[in-house]
Amino acid sequence: MCLGIPGKVTELYQANGMKMGKVDFGGVVKEACLEYLPEIQVGDYTIVHVGFGISQLDEEEAHETLKLLKEMDMIAGELPELADRQNDS
Amino acid sequence: MKYIDEYRDEKVTRGLLDEIGRIVTREWKLMEVCGGQTHSILKSGLDQLLPPQIELIHGPGCPVCVTPLELIDKAIALASRPDVIFVSYGDMLRVPGSERDLFSVKAAGGNVRIVYSPLDSLKIARENPDKTIVFFGIGFETTAPANAMAVAQAKRQGIKNFAMLVSHVTVPPAISALLESPDVRVDGFLAAGHVCTVMGYWEYEPLVKKYKVPVVVTGFEPVDIVHGVLMCVKQLEEGRAEVENAYARSVRREGNEPAQAIINQVFEPCDRPWRGIGVIPQSGYKFREGYADYDAEMRFPDIQTIATKESSLCMSGLVLQGLKKPNQCPAFGKECTPQMPLGATMVSSEGACAAYYRYARFVNPNATSNSKEQTSKLQTSVV
Repeated sequence: MCLGIPGKVTELYQANGMKMGKVDFGGVVKEACLEYLPEIQVGDYTIVHVGFGISQLDEEEAHETLKLLKEMDMIAGELPELADRQNDS
Repeated sequence: MKYIDEYRDEKVTRGLLDEIGRIVTREWKLMEVCGGQTHSILKSGLDQLLPPQIELIHGPGCPVCVTPLELIDKAIALASRPDVIFVSYGDMLRVPGSERDLFSVKAAGGNVRIVYSPLDSLKIARENPDKTIVFFGIGFETTAPANAMAVAQAKRQGIKNFAMLVSHVTVPPAISALLESPDVRVDGFLAAGHVCTVMGYWEYEPLVKKYKVPVVVTGFEPVDIVHGVLMCVKQLEEGRAEVENAYARSVRREGNEPAQAIINQVFEPCDRPWRGIGVIPQSGYKFREGYADYDAEMRFPDIQTIATKESSLCMSGLVLQGLKKPNQCPAFGKECTPQMPLGATMVSSEGACAAYYRYARFVNPNATSNSKEQTSKLQTSVV
């Protein structure tokens, strides 16, 4: 129910006094209400839930987190006891 | 797809799992609140890949599952009326009422329609001026801004043949109720990422202070979930209890304020009964006075008193509180299957019983010693 899918805003327009847009989910394009994202622009990513954009995804934040998580993986790979354990499995 | 593929990366997930394995020194029970997270955990096999000291308990975050039987019966009564077009999210149709479900009303000729967005129901209302369109407004805080907008738009556009049967529930009061319960033992919570996207996470700060339990806002992909578990375990091992955010690309402390504003414009907090759990104070929304005209229970007062009858075999209430795992229920996979469900937890795409059935967790975890045996491959394929 609380499922939300990230997609890229490809078009913005007004309908019935609401900010609406087209959102591209990896090739599938759907209409979404973007009234709750006053700052969102074409090209930005949003999470859409039941036809409403609920979040404008923070690209910088996402990049930083992933970088951190990947670094953790690299450090783990350098620890000798862990490398042994991985070789055994 | 951007923002999905990189969070299903096996190597990153394994790195995080290894880190958890390195820091954990004792057993911890963590509850993932949202049913969407439960499904992701079982689909990717994280329940079997985490170190054996970490037990994931599945929380009550499935709105379809906790919608009270009385409201399902009211929905069925409304959907059976010839002057009503009953509109719902698809998940609700197979949820068993006392006697039957919405799907069987539709099969018998009732005008029941499924929509993707609540705004679609306004279109149906405009196209059918001689009928009353009743939308089944269920959901947590994630869905509340969408449902509230449909009502606000109906009012703004002067659509009179539209009403909503409201069964909205909210997460923080449910977490408080679980922490107050003497039977429930949870060491840390993975808070629901999309509920927090809307509401923020400041609401959990007093709760964390009062109960000294870590809360980590967590997303839905395998990397997100293991990241949330790692942050939670780190807090527990270091003796800390704080609110932390492992889903920062979507969640800010203050949440989405325009979305909160429309919830507050249309709804106000109220006590709500949760199916299988009971009444939790101030754990839901009802219409504010200015929107009472759109309240389906006010517009159809004759549906107010319906005698309900719950299955005696179903233990979904215990599953929803994390007191039982689905496969500990004697009816699981026997009398109760997704095709013939006894309770809503076996129906919903977020129900824990449905997840256990779909991803074949048929064995009772207490009856086997190797249930935590590590599987060799992460199951990250998209279904």
